[in-house]
Amino acid sequence: MSDQDIKQYQISEEPYYESQEDEVALYEAAYEARLPVMIKGPTGCGKSRFIEHMAWKLGKPLITVACNEDMTASDLVGRYLLDANGTRWVDGPLTTAARIGAICYLDEVVEARQDTTVVIHPLTDHRRNLPLDKKGEMIEAHTDFQLVISYNPGYQSLMKDLKQSTKQRFSALEFDYPSASVETSIVMKEAGTSEDIAQKLVKIAVTARNLKGHGLDEGISTRLLVYAANLMNKGIEAKAACRMALVRPITDDTDIRDTLDHAIDSIFA
Amino acid sequence: MTDIDISLTPEQQVYRDQLKCGFKQLDAVFADCMEEAEAVFSEQGIADYLSGASLVCMIGRGFEPVLIYLEEMPQIVQCTDESMIKTISQCVWDFSRTPNGKSILPFLQSIPEAARRLGSTEQLQHYIDVIFDMMKRTTRSIHGHVDTIPSDGLPELLNQTTYLLHELSIEGIKNWIDYGADNYRNHPERQKDYFSLQSADSRAVFQRERHGTLFTDNERKLNLYMHGLWQDHDHFVPYSLGFDELRKPKPYYDSLGIRVPDVYDDHAGISGINRYRATIAHIAAHRRWGEAIWADNFSPFQRISIEVFEDSRIEYLAIQKYPGLRSIFQALHPYPIEGSCDDVHSSCLLHRLAMISYGLLNPEHGYKESKINEFIARFHEIMEQGEAGINDMVQLGISYIAQSKQASDSFPNIIFDNTVVDYRDDNRHLWKFIEEGDEEESFDDKKEFERDEHDVDKLPPRHYPEWDYNSKTYRPDWVSLYETLHYKGDPEKINQILAKHDSLAKRLKKMLELLKPQQMVRIRYQEEGSELDLDVAIRSIIDFKSGHTPDPRINMSHRNDGRDIAVMLLVDLSASLHEVPEGCDQSILELSREAVSLLALTIEQLNDPFAIAGFHSDTRHNVRYLHIKGYSEHWDDEVKSRLSAMEAGYSTRMGAPIRHAAHYLENQPADKKLLLILTDGEPADIDVDDEHLLIEDTRKAVEELSSKNIYTHCISLDKKADDYIGDIFGKNGYTVIDHVEKLPEKLPQLFMSLTK
Repeated sequence: MSDQDIKQYQISEEPYYESQEDEVALYEAAYEARLPVMIKGPTGCGKSRFIEHMAWKLGKPLITVACNEDMTASDLVGRYLLDANGTRWVDGPLTTAARIGAICYLDEVVEARQDTTVVIHPLTDHRRNLPLDKKGEMIEAHTDFQLVISYNPGYQSLMKDLKQSTKQRFSALEFDYPSASVETSIVMKEAGTSEDIAQKLVKIAVTARNLKGHGLDEGISTRLLVYAANLMNKGIEAKAACRMALVRPITDDTDIRDTLDHAIDSIFA
Repeated sequence: MTDIDISLTPEQQVYRDQLKCGFKQLDAVFADCMEEAEAVFSEQGIADYLSGASLVCMIGRGFEPVLIYLEEMPQIVQCTDESMIKTISQCVWDFSRTPNGKSILPFLQSIPEAARRLGSTEQLQHYIDVIFDMMKRTTRSIHGHVDTIPSDGLPELLNQTTYLLHELSIEGIKNWIDYGADNYRNHPERQKDYFSLQSADSRAVFQRERHGTLFTDNERKLNLYMHGLWQDHDHFVPYSLGFDELRKPKPYYDSLGIRVPDVYDDHAGISGINRYRATIAHIAAHRRWGEAIWADNFSPFQRISIEVFEDSRIEYLAIQKYPGLRSIFQALHPYPIEGSCDDVHSSCLLHRLAMISYGLLNPEHGYKESKINEFIARFHEIMEQGEAGINDMVQLGISYIAQSKQASDSFPNIIFDNTVVDYRDDNRHLWKFIEEGDEEESFDDKKEFERDEHDVDKLPPRHYPEWDYNSKTYRPDWVSLYETLHYKGDPEKINQILAKHDSLAKRLKKMLELLKPQQMVRIRYQEEGSELDLDVAIRSIIDFKSGHTPDPRINMSHRNDGRDIAVMLLVDLSASLHEVPEGCDQSILELSREAVSLLALTIEQLNDPFAIAGFHSDTRHNVRYLHIKGYSEHWDDEVKSRLSAMEAGYSTRMGAPIRHAAHYLENQPADKKLLLILTDGEPADIDVDDEHLLIEDTRKAVEELSSKNIYTHCISLDKKADDYIGDIFGKNGYTVIDHVEKLPEKLPQLFMSLTK
């Protein structure tokens, strides 16, 4: 693979990331040992941002795959395509990552069907190789290659869980929403808003997170807080911005909506 | 009668001549009445007024109705318009033509209040129509021709009108009256209870019709509020403000839960739901930041004062957390006006404390008194220093009482105006007592409720509503349902039945085997699969031929969808089951027992969650629901023994048992839920004359179930069932079995075909 191709996976600018605890050091150690890493945590708490940040910090290319139900094993490893001259093999993202020594990040991996996930097994243990049975090739993973998966144990149904055999190949970091002070500074930096507004937004988020399990599947994420702050930066009045960015997206339940609207009124009084 | 100066102006003398009424007392008041009338009425209005009064005079009920008419009419017209002058006199006349003459006076007396409350001609006309309608419906006759017996409920109703108008809209009043008139037309005593707001269902219907924000409609929201904003949770127990006139209850909380009013109207620009939230915020703040202190060392005045400062402290903290609460608290807090309390003749302590409390909430209170301002400043000073506790408030409260004491404080004439903060609780949690009371310890406390041995396995009754198709409303809590375990018999009997039907059981088993590989579900878009998915394959070819990248996922495969059905079998155990149908040698009861046994055996083999219950009824006060098999029980001797003891008796009231069965079925985690009802006749009970009533109620119950995703199917043994059963269970929701002796065979087959 040419240098040009590798370059497109490099992260040139530092993605902003505010570390919550010691996760940066833990991840670095895992990368040193080339251990596969699993990142767990609720939606919008900064999982993907963390991986981007780490890839930038380690100076490694990052290949991200968003998993979905219809994804098959060949979407990961590659397939033969037909062209004018016959057939041509095209590498999938996982194969590419193994060849060039990138960090391969499978986002929301439980969304993929279980038989799909199994293809990553040989890459995640001592073998570190990827057999392409259709092509009849065995790829030895590049020494820089690392596999990272993320999933959100909160909202998916019981049916969607990782197999034990998959789970036990990974080291894991568990993320949660950042603490109030960290989250405040994240909102301030990301959206360039004042501390007062950021604090109030975080307070609303805390209220919603308390309602998890009472009709809300997930609380308000940090990402949504940044959205709300962005709307306010565009001159939208605070309460309207909060309703649009924080409440309407997460619930259709009128009781919950009213409660959160009231929380917004109480906090942005 | 002494002669009073009754000199009339010449103009008034003309009016007096137009009013044809000979009561002497009239002369004393006529001049005053006319003066008021002239100020309000037009020329035509005065003419109507005088002819109206003449009409009221003619009814022959003495002077009082005339006086009320003359005195109140101007006021009524001010709220409505002049057309009412004629309408009301005509109404009084019509009224006097019925046996309800006694109610004329209360009726007339209720009109001014109604006019004030309703405020428009149309609304007042509605009100009059509603009263007349009620009167017509409840006035009874002996031979069915001429009304002879006055309405029993009408005087009671007219006594309640002021209260009703205050609490309900005119639609609400109409619905409430309709309910009573429909259901108690033939029960004079119950009619009285209903219209005097004494009976339970009267109150329940009243409650349903009230305006304002009802607690029951918003319970979930309030729970969410408590969870989300206060990370606290507790039971809410509503109390009614409607009936306790002597002493209005306040919100409070104790170990049993938080008591809140059942309804809040909008007040001072704050919506009902926000008033609830204010109450809950106040209580939650107490729970978070407060603690109980010993009460024994404080005087009552000191305690009142401490309570005010403590309430203000926790609200201060709550407002720090949620600034939006300030505007709500402030709007709901009464505004005591400085100087409005006469401290020479009455006790103004509460007034002064309320001023402080208001001043603490609203920085722009504008109070001048130096003591009040001093303590408001001291309070803020303490609060700004950081976490102030209740002990700071104790100091503040005691020192306020010491410094502001006046001799008049202990006067019995206490001024309560603008001192009651209705969203605050009564602070009973604030105090703990070293001595519980002054009394000697009594022996009564130890006595515990002795259980009746008889009732050991009997649960308390559950109340279910019943649908009244006449009024299109539910009768609230109408039916009492008692659930008990079915008593036991000999399980051998069931084993014998199963042995007798051995060949049938074997046949059923074969059919079960066929049922086993169930529903295949197609999974499309597979790269590898058992079959080619032609649609996708053709699309791929087209893509390929047109030079696009074809989708290689052109196969499909199949997967078994697991069987996930929860079943409830409800068996009608009414007396008619004892009958032996023509051409049979067994009673329906025995056949039912055999059928249920076979069905149970079948379902047990399919491993579907399954429950059996029987029911019968003896009026709405005693509907019995007999538990035979629960979901967690297996088809064992215990269940068989209950089934073998199955007995028939009483009647078939079906709605409540269906609703009760549904509440069990609802909690089953299965995908599909099936309620099977085995009955031999239409719903009926001895306390219901209208044969459609229970049919309609059952139909409604089935509708309720289908909205809960429960599928209901009825197996009827009544050959005449076609007349009504389709109405109840829907076109496909029933099976009529004509040959009852085939039931044991049919029932399991039916079940299998239903769930195939």
